[in-house]
Amino acid sequence: MSAASPVMHPESESLGRGERIAVNFYVVSGLVVFVLMMLLGLVMRMAQGTWLDVGPVLFYQIMTAHGAGMVGAASIAASAVMWFFLRKYVRLRLAPFVANLVLFVLGAVAILAATFIGQYAGAWTFLYPLPVHSMGLWSTDAAALFMLGYLLIGVGFLLFYLDAMLAVVRRYGNLGRALGLQWLFGGEVDRAHPPAVVAATMVIITNSLGILAGAVVLVMCLINAYFPSVALNALLAKNLIYFFGHVFINETIYMSVIAVYELLPRFTGRPWSVSRPFLWGWAASTVMVLIVYPHHLLMDYVMPHWMLVMGQVISYASGLPVFVVTAYGALTNIHRSGIRWDMPARLVILSMFGWAAGIVPAILDGMISVNKVMHNTQWVPGHFHFYLLLGVLPMILAFMYHLSGSRSGARESAGDRVAFFVYLAGGLGFVLAFLAAGHASVPRRFAVHLPEWMPYDRAGSVGAMLLIVTMLVFTARIVAGLLKAPGDGAAAHAVR
Amino acid sequence: MLQDQVWLATLAGIGAIALGFLYAIARARSPGDGQQVQKRAYAVRRWWFFALLLGGIGATWASLDPFPLPLQYGPDEAPQVVRVVGHQWSWQLSGNRFTAGVPVEFLVTSDDVNHGFAIYGPDGRIVTQTQAMPGYTNRLIRTFSQPGRYRVLCLAYCGVAHHGMAAEFEIVAAEERSRS
Ligand code: HEM
Ligand SMILES: [Cu+2]
Repeated sequence: MSAASPVMHPESESLGRGERIAVNFYVVSGLVVFVLMMLLGLVMRMAQGTWLDVGPVLFYQIMTAHGAGMVGAASIAASAVMWFFLRKYVRLRLAPFVANLVLFVLGAVAILAATFIGQYAGAWTFLYPLPVHSMGLWSTDAAALFMLGYLLIGVGFLLFYLDAMLAVVRRYGNLGRALGLQWLFGGEVDRAHPPAVVAATMVIITNSLGILAGAVVLVMCLINAYFPSVALNALLAKNLIYFFGHVFINETIYMSVIAVYELLPRFTGRPWSVSRPFLWGWAASTVMVLIVYPHHLLMDYVMPHWMLVMGQVISYASGLPVFVVTAYGALTNIHRSGIRWDMPARLVILSMFGWAAGIVPAILDGMISVNKVMHNTQWVPGHFHFYLLLGVLPMILAFMYHLSGSRSGARESAGDRVAFFVYLAGGLGFVLAFLAAGHASVPRRFAVHLPEWMPYDRAGSVGAMLLIVTMLVFTARIVAGLLKAPGDGAAAHAVR
Repeated sequence: MLQDQVWLATLAGIGAIALGFLYAIARARSPGDGQQVQKRAYAVRRWWFFALLLGGIGATWASLDPFPLPLQYGPDEAPQVVRVVGHQWSWQLSGNRFTAGVPVEFLVTSDDVNHGFAIYGPDGRIVTQTQAMPGYTNRLIRTFSQPGRYRVLCLAYCGVAHHGMAAEFEIVAAEERSRS
């Protein structure tokens, strides 16, 4: 690699046999879980609108499985994105990558068994002391199995990040240099320093901390489950859980966005190089993602008020790098570029819109005064589905289309194009129905809705149906491409 | 109503972002000089970055002064005090008739798991809320101006009958109260 010119397609992306099989399994398991969990989501939305008859017991089991399953699937698919691109710059080992998937599958089985066989319905946030206080609806063993599933998944991710951390340090000397901290205040920024490395390093640092906090509180809860005299402090548990939960779900975005930096230049012919604002954005995000979580506790008035103020201020500040560096950077990259539209490019641009736009309702809800009337209404699933469904998922799908297209050499078909626009329409309808319901004070996490809330539920259900149909099209196209005989790995570069 | 302002601000924000995207997409196909585009884009960026920064500082200040949450320590202050305890799955309120125009102090806690104490106004919209957490008491102070029936719903998932956990109280006008 020369340091002189900006690097667009630094090294071959071809995969060895073992690597190819591993990535295929990641892609297929990610897609399968996404589709299944979307169906569960549709069932919930239709149940709220009384288009389906689902009792509350089953509803809350489904809600628990959907939350945990989606967060897990997004993380596992996002880690495939990170692995695929990062391995071009540092030497990643295959074993930890495979171990991560194996532990994920084991964890997912434990979680599904705990919810649908053990009837655990304590929600994906397992907020103490609900898991051990079910009023007889599920057993302590079921709650423990659920938490054990989380621990398995957490260990897998830690192995994967540990390997990535060692590889980054081996190549760049330390994590700070990989983040580009040496260029924050001066010096000439090495334009060949890969954005993928910056993003991946941020994730390695922050998500390891998030998962460790999660592991601590899970072990505390497990001990308490079997030795109830070891009581926990509910507020401390809530702080740890939301620290972990916030970091873990947000890292799905920070891992997946690597696909944006890597793929978009191939369609516009313009490199996406690091710059000082870019590095500042990522350095700031590294700190902010760790300290923003009190915005989940704004209604816990007993929290130290300075922490709540920090939650509000950092919520707003966290949006700035997204708008200023990444979304605007993407628009600058395509503006008058003579772009050649293809599925990965379309999905990348959609993801930039979904991320940036979804932040708007999130930031507003992060204000204490607004939170008083919006907290735990459907405003919340409204904003997080916005940047998950229209942000993270398109990033992941862009990567998958790229992977499958580079192997089969296929370009987008008319069917792909139609599916893309239907996905956009269904997704917007689905998230706006949530936001409108939040505006009307409809609570989230309610199995049973008042009649006056049902129009939102039904509009959301229609949006969800469109999403699922198009997701099936995407899945079929991607998997068909992957099953084709492996072509020239460098075909990806020939795309342009 | 605050909800309406937030809703409009959200639609406006999303709309503005969508317009920015549509503008760039509409001009994406025609090729131009990349260096030139980048230079101009970065020059523009400096300005709206500062605008966002200044706007953010202003909004932060305006929304935190006066501080939107009551002080959590010290003796009871409001003329009307009510103790609230959440249980799986019911609310226990030490009173259910309060006078309009006079502050009510809710001291909210829980007996078992976390609950969310949310007050819905006569129009079916949330007026305010706080959490009900075991081992802690959150102090919520509110002056109701509009007489009528208010509903309490639980907004923190607390198990299988969470959606059924409701209670009611009444706000009566001051003159009516003194007559009865
Ligand atoms: C067709 C797609 C989807 C549908 C129909 C759907 C539907 C739903 C519904 C109905 C809820 C419960 C809302 C409520 O609280 O009233 C929900 C919650 C949730 N969804 Fe989705 N969803 C979809 C996609 C996704 C995706 C892609 C993700 C993540 C990547 C996701 C993550 C979550 C999470 C974390 C929750 C919170 C669960 C909880 O409150 O415990 N969903 N979804
Ligand atoms: Cu509840």
